[in-house]
Amino acid sequence: MSDAVTVNPCKVCAPLGACVAFRGVEGCVPLIHGSQGCATYIRRYTISHFREPMDIASSSFAESATVFGGSSLFSTGLDNLIRQYKPAAIGVCTSCLSETIGDDVALFLREYVASRKDVALPALIRASTPSYKGTHMDGFHAAVRAILSCIVKAKGATVANQVNLLPGFVSPADLRYFKELLADFGLDGILVPDYSETLDGPSWDEYHRLPEGGTSVERIASSANSAATLQLGRSLRAGGGAWLEQTFGTPCRRLGLPIGLRESDAFCDALSEISGHPLPEIHARERGRLLDSYVDGHKYLFGKRAVVYGEEDLVVGIASLLNEIGINPVLCASGGMDEAFKEQVLAVTGDAQRLFPGEMEVLSDTDYDTIFARAEALKPDLIIGSSKGYKMARKLGVPLVRVGFPIHDRIGGQRQLHVGYRGTQNLFDLICNALMQAKQDTSPIGFMYV
Amino acid sequence: MTTAILEKRRAQVATVKDGKASIACAKPSLSGSVSQRACVFCGSRVVLYPIVDAVHLVHGPAGCAAYTWDIRGTVSSGPELHRLSFTTDLRERDVIFGGAEKLERALRVLIARYTPKAAFVYATCIVGVIGDDVDGVCRKIAVETGIPVLPVRSEGFRGSKKDGYAAACDALAGLIGTLEPAEPVPPYSINILGDFNLAGELWILEEHYRRMGVNILTRITGDGRVDDIRRAHHAKLNVVQCSGSMTTLANHMKETYGVPFKQVSYFGIEDMSAALYDVAAFFGDPVLHEKAAALVRDEVTRLLPLIESYRARLTGRKAVIYVGGAFKTISLIKALRLLGIETVVAGSQTGRPEDYDTIAGLCNPGTIIVDDSNPVELSTFARERGADLFIGGVKERPIAFKMGMAFCDHNHERKLPLAGFEGMKNFAEEVYASLMTPVWGFVRNPRKGGAA
Ligand code: SF4
Ligand code: SF4
Repeated sequence: MSDAVTVNPCKVCAPLGACVAFRGVEGCVPLIHGSQGCATYIRRYTISHFREPMDIASSSFAESATVFGGSSLFSTGLDNLIRQYKPAAIGVCTSCLSETIGDDVALFLREYVASRKDVALPALIRASTPSYKGTHMDGFHAAVRAILSCIVKAKGATVANQVNLLPGFVSPADLRYFKELLADFGLDGILVPDYSETLDGPSWDEYHRLPEGGTSVERIASSANSAATLQLGRSLRAGGGAWLEQTFGTPCRRLGLPIGLRESDAFCDALSEISGHPLPEIHARERGRLLDSYVDGHKYLFGKRAVVYGEEDLVVGIASLLNEIGINPVLCASGGMDEAFKEQVLAVTGDAQRLFPGEMEVLSDTDYDTIFARAEALKPDLIIGSSKGYKMARKLGVPLVRVGFPIHDRIGGQRQLHVGYRGTQNLFDLICNALMQAKQDTSPIGFMYV
Repeated sequence: MTTAILEKRRAQVATVKDGKASIACAKPSLSGSVSQRACVFCGSRVVLYPIVDAVHLVHGPAGCAAYTWDIRGTVSSGPELHRLSFTTDLRERDVIFGGAEKLERALRVLIARYTPKAAFVYATCIVGVIGDDVDGVCRKIAVETGIPVLPVRSEGFRGSKKDGYAAACDALAGLIGTLEPAEPVPPYSINILGDFNLAGELWILEEHYRRMGVNILTRITGDGRVDDIRRAHHAKLNVVQCSGSMTTLANHMKETYGVPFKQVSYFGIEDMSAALYDVAAFFGDPVLHEKAAALVRDEVTRLLPLIESYRARLTGRKAVIYVGGAFKTISLIKALRLLGIETVVAGSQTGRPEDYDTIAGLCNPGTIIVDDSNPVELSTFARERGADLFIGGVKERPIAFKMGMAFCDHNHERKLPLAGFEGMKNFAEEVYASLMTPVWGFVRNPRKGGAA
């Protein structure tokens, strides 16, 4: 609401993103180097969305550690964690506190490894995640880069059908879809991260200390050998893909999150090129059905006004979809701090700008208080974003289509599919139906056919 | 159990023998353990959050504030300032050059916009190390705006949630005694301390006390108002719930204003009834006692057939209780027993030695008692003792569900009142529903009961 105070933040903190990413490495436990509270809040927050166990350890800073540094706490923490979980990897990230006092976690790790030469240690991953510099998305990307840079040591012969996919912060359902799509193209995909099972697993017979699933350390270690890296998300400047390219020459392609027809086409074209195969039949049919539904639904959608908020890449993806189907994205907002967000939104909304000139607002580094205030003035027909928009939707009396993270007032947020032709179809149906229901509900007549 | 308990935590786990169990507690969490505990800030926020006409400004990076935005089920009969999340959202340059100036501006903006009755400023971890003069800023803005502006020393690393309770009590102590009542205070006036009006629970208690002829002067802090708190020293008695959160304040009021206090719990028929009788006994008026007795008789007569019918269907079930405060564990053991359910694992995040003695005295031999536990331990104990029900909070829910156990949320986020007589009914219904759902029949583990 002003530059001095944020009211209802439209972001959460960096270690949260890092912990989610770490859960996508097989047998990996996250450890936040800092005080206990951050880990507990982050666990609570992610559990409310994923409804899965989310074990995150903390080095449990006490007063003395803030004065003398957290070095000894850190190594005891690692020892305890290894003893209790026997993990294949430990993902260390930092809280604002350990960053502020200047703990040198890289040094701590080197010392730790040196002092335990005789034991087999798990892979140790380290990401620096101060929240006063970035949001959960920055933490997520930092962790992805760290997973690669801490695990990938060498490049062997290139494997023609092997690709790395850095999907960004998408849902477990999205990850499962990506895996299926890659396999259908005959590609062997290495997803970093892959929490499709660890954060959306089946019911268990026995309690697992660490849930099954995730990309194994061995697979990640071989990722320099891939024919290419596909890095999704327009907001990302120097991600893990760039690191692989610079260090090992593995070519990196940067694409938008594949939401909507155009972005999905671009993604599938890239897969075609890499694999040498055309779009597999089953996906071509999905694409055809999606197009067909665009036509069937267009009359319910044209000129409708939407407010979209959330993580940068998700908002850009949704805006791109809205632009294709004639909805006017009157407000695109993110708590992400990068001003380049505006250009990214503008780049995918050419039709909307032409059809509804001068109507679109884009806000970065904003809070929900501001978003609510703008929404009230802009009078949208529809709101698209996480559960955080519920109160705004309720007040304005318009539907909220829940996408992204977190969804804590509905069940199945982790199963929400957003990407590819199939995910776009899902979103298209949700959007269309929300508007049709709103029309039906607000009509005094109550037509059965809409 | 070998790797389930870390060596250094062994003393914090015990098994009941002859009504006794010796257990170590009140220790800091072990590094590298996935403690279910929260931080000092969380403790302060829990206590002060329900004050609905104050601005609660979290001074620090945005995360700590974002995680506490409207997460609790505490409700207001009037203003709803507590449901907003305010933060100075410190950035790199503030960390380097200090955040005091930003804090000042933030307070001015918020006080001008919302005209609150007071402002609380929560110092989170990094504020403690960058050295902002939070007290100084608060004093300055208080003078400037004419409302109380209270610093809360809640840096997470300073201790556990309990230390946060104490920091919150300090802030409250700064408010109490600063306003005189406009009208004379009725003779049987009490303050309710330590109920946070989750799902309107405090209103239920209030109604019970009113039926007895007892007046509630101030609610601290459920549905709380700054001016009421400032006048709270005029009550004749403080009725304090929750062993941890409000004892500091109750002690302070006793020493400074001579207001005595009684500790109570409102969970379960036994404890709820005792809470009413204790207040009647304090005032020594037989009329109050009679009214309390009539009320308890009424409510219990209404409730008993229901409880009986549940007990007939639930007897023999086994439960794990793991909640924040040990007082709640104690009440829950009794409430479950009323439903025929035996507690086989009982623990809390922040219990005191006396609490664990009481717990041991209530439990059957062989019950595991645990302080500051973690998911690995809890799941191991639950399996070892063949539990089919878990009472805990949101962080425990997935543990229970993945293990095929029924679950009842007894934490701050619940939306159903569980206190008072009505609460006991809700509790029984929820436990029953979660235990009896046919879904357990599809989850293969033979331990799981269910409809089959
Ligand atoms: S431990 Fe410190 S930084 Fe973390 S949530 Fe608590 S107050 Fe905030
Ligand atoms: S201190 Fe930083 S890491 Fe911890 S909860 Fe607050 S914002 Fe997040």
